[in-house]
Amino acid sequence: MMQWETVIGLEVHVQLATQSKIFSGASTAFGAEPNTQACAVDLGMPGVLPVLNENAVAMAVKFGLAVDAEIPETSLFERKNYFYPDLPKGYQTSQMAQPIVGPGKVEITLDDGSTRSVRIHHAHLEEDAGKSLHEDYHGMTGIDLNRAGTPLLEIVSEPDMRSAKEAVAYIKALHAIVTYLGISDGNMAEGSMRCDVNVSVRPKGQAAFGTRAEIKNVNSFRFVEKAIAFEVERQIELIEDGGQVVQETRLFDPERDETRGMRTKEEANDYRYFPCPDLLPVTLDGAYVDHQRALMPELPSEKRRRFENQLGLSAYDAGVLASSRAMAEYFEAVKDVCGDAKQAANWVQGELSANLNRENLEIGDSPVTAEQLGGLIQRVMDDTISGKAAKQVFQALWDGEEDSADAIIEARGLKQVTDTGAIEGMIDQVIADSPVQVAQYREADESKRGKMIGYFVGQVMKASRGTANPQQVNSLLKQKLDQA
Amino acid sequence: MHDKTLTELAAGLQAGEFSSRELCQSALDRIQRLDGDLNSFISVTTEQALADADAADQARAAGDAAALAGLPLALKDIFCTQGVRTSCGSKMLDSFVAPYDATVVEKIRQAGGVSLGKTNMDEFAMGSSNENSFYGPVKNPWDLSAVPGGSSGGSAAAVAAGLVPAALGTDTGGSIRQPAAFCGITGLKPTYGRVSRYGMVAYASSLDQGGPMARTAADCALLLETIAGHDVRDSTSVARVVPDYSAELDTSLAGLKIGLPKEYFGDGLDPEVETAVREAIKVYESLGAKVCEVSLPHTHLAIPAYYVIAPAEASSNLSRYDGVRFGHRCEDPTDLEDLYKRTRAEGFGEEVKRRILIGTHTLSEGFFDAYYLKAQQVRRLIRQDFLDAFDEVDVLMGPTAPTPAFDLGAQKDPVSMYLQDIYTIAVNLAGIPGISVPAGFAGNRPVGLQVLAPHFAEAQLLGVAHQFQQATDWHLKRPAFGKEMA
Repeated sequence: MMQWETVIGLEVHVQLATQSKIFSGASTAFGAEPNTQACAVDLGMPGVLPVLNENAVAMAVKFGLAVDAEIPETSLFERKNYFYPDLPKGYQTSQMAQPIVGPGKVEITLDDGSTRSVRIHHAHLEEDAGKSLHEDYHGMTGIDLNRAGTPLLEIVSEPDMRSAKEAVAYIKALHAIVTYLGISDGNMAEGSMRCDVNVSVRPKGQAAFGTRAEIKNVNSFRFVEKAIAFEVERQIELIEDGGQVVQETRLFDPERDETRGMRTKEEANDYRYFPCPDLLPVTLDGAYVDHQRALMPELPSEKRRRFENQLGLSAYDAGVLASSRAMAEYFEAVKDVCGDAKQAANWVQGELSANLNRENLEIGDSPVTAEQLGGLIQRVMDDTISGKAAKQVFQALWDGEEDSADAIIEARGLKQVTDTGAIEGMIDQVIADSPVQVAQYREADESKRGKMIGYFVGQVMKASRGTANPQQVNSLLKQKLDQA
Repeated sequence: MHDKTLTELAAGLQAGEFSSRELCQSALDRIQRLDGDLNSFISVTTEQALADADAADQARAAGDAAALAGLPLALKDIFCTQGVRTSCGSKMLDSFVAPYDATVVEKIRQAGGVSLGKTNMDEFAMGSSNENSFYGPVKNPWDLSAVPGGSSGGSAAAVAAGLVPAALGTDTGGSIRQPAAFCGITGLKPTYGRVSRYGMVAYASSLDQGGPMARTAADCALLLETIAGHDVRDSTSVARVVPDYSAELDTSLAGLKIGLPKEYFGDGLDPEVETAVREAIKVYESLGAKVCEVSLPHTHLAIPAYYVIAPAEASSNLSRYDGVRFGHRCEDPTDLEDLYKRTRAEGFGEEVKRRILIGTHTLSEGFFDAYYLKAQQVRRLIRQDFLDAFDEVDVLMGPTAPTPAFDLGAQKDPVSMYLQDIYTIAVNLAGIPGISVPAGFAGNRPVGLQVLAPHFAEAQLLGVAHQFQQATDWHLKRPAFGKEMA
């Protein structure tokens, strides 16, 4: 039986989070009425000219720096010429020969915690096309140009991945980087990250690559995994049956979990790239690049290391908490309020994550703010409330009963009683009410008393409605029962 | 009134000799009476013009008159005008009304200038005779059997016939200078990047440049001051202070070094044109200038390089005319491909199609290096030729075109038509400014002297032209056409 190796390369289109389009002042907001966010430039009206959005350049440079890439001093916009109704000018302004981001690398983490590096071939800036709407137009096609001119950063990897899992880990790593940098919202459902997957197979040990198929527009982590799995199986079966893989573009059908060949065009595409004469070459000097570097936030890998080394978290905890910028920022805010990284980590990964998962919420949508959670942890740490009461308080915060842990503790009377006199009073009452148990306790061996005292502790806690400090109750009870 | 220059009319308005309304009305009357023979206008915007004239008169009465307040002029129909059709001389845009003004139109408006309408042109600015217009050819007012030149033929003919004192044109390979020469007026192509291209329908983006066409260099200076300058909407416009061109017109020519490119006086140059140009140069010598011969060794490569680069850019620039969003659309397309094919087959004229084909071919895989990249290399050599020459001399002079205006229909072969631009085209490839100044006649048809200067030396160029016009009266000659109408 032949052993096969899968080879995967990815082209990921990341929609940059600029306010306006890459070459015009029109808004990039998602979900507006068709054609309400397309100005004369986006419509490709006669005489209009593009003006490069400097924010898109800054974002691309930050991405380049985050993946250790070279930032060439000069990059160039070119025109990719083809006719399509949702491409208003008859060309897409893109980059080819001289992209803004040169070769770099991304570290990916696999499920078993191991890491490896995937090389980036380059990343380039380009404008998005509009959308062709084929439904609801009675045999005609509607064109929505709101998306036309939205800035995209196309990140092209080397064919360095060897499994669907690695491909997914790579996309997740890119997702973390772009959301950390704040250069994209990373919302895959709205098309903010779209992947073209190049897949081929080759006999294990063979150096030459097999013929690849390109699967277009695979737009979720899960679909990437499924599309690759299907495609690998298809190609292996095809070859083992004596066939050949043809280089082609395929489409993933998420309803059937399969890929299908797209209608091959009769003539080969010739995009007739040439430098766009309306845009000057982009020149970035060292000072500009340094300035962008200085503006960059801490990246996931750096954060993970800091959580581990400086905050003393476990490698696992550090990895989970650093996996998204929102999670990391939440955790750090909790830590800053309560002053204890381990407690903060436990609560964020424990109670908070459980609640978020149950209600299918992102951390950004958490009803409990980092300040509230930090305040709650403080009260546990200074013994104001017991750990048990803390869970009640958390749930009350989640349900929005009060604005702060303190307010809930106050309203529900959950404050631990540490007044010895008050506790003694309750103990005396319990002892007076439990003559049989007291007698049994006093007759028992020292070795059995430890277990038996639990009954009395329970009674006292019940009498205090959980507010008595358990340690204090324990030691005072011991004193009083052991007297006599 | 129609014989006066822009500067004289400005003085007349200021002195209250006539109002802008009277001035514009008289020009509009003249257009109505004479343009049937000339065909220099595609659209005449009478109502808007009179409203603008009234507004200018009111502003002047209020003591608030801007530089061009109340002065009539015309715009080549390549400049987008909000609410007024911008056809670009093409059936494709016969129905196109832009929702915005070109930057230069905006600037003219802000300066109080009154547009009387949009002038005829070769379709998409592709041509040297104005015979490639969907709206029919323009006649040369000096001889109605002759072409006015192109592509800004309508603007040149309108100024020469005294329909307007000035007009805006565009110049991609000589389209301001050659018609200016053919019609006996003054036309300036500014340095690439001096004037915003925003709202100017693109032909070849790296070569296109808008500029003034008028009777005198002084009028061109007044107009250039108004339209020049950096525009945030055009990344290729240059952020450089716009000089006060009018103030620098009187700079003395003593010691001016003039270079005569020997390549501009070779085979194919009409002897009468050569005589007129050499006489003009003698005038300069008499004004204290020194003349020497220089060489621009790559001149012979300019036309081949241009006819690779310009069509390449045009093929891409004109892709947007697909019948989907604006402009001509074929009837009842059966599918997408049919929509594209018939829309473009019907909407574009022969010369435009020819250049789209050439451009598409030269950008194709397998030909790109041999054509496009090679042409770009040649372009750099041509630019270097000029830079080297300007190390030796201040300005270059020669004929604007090899012949005077030719007869309508005389140039049947596209290549012989392309050769019309032999002295003008290299200037666009190099990006330097050039001006054509009336310098005599060949028979009854005007001859233009072309003066070229280094990048952004428009002030010098205008001064050199102005000094010539102080010493000669070629720019004051008027055609017999329309004379009976005072």
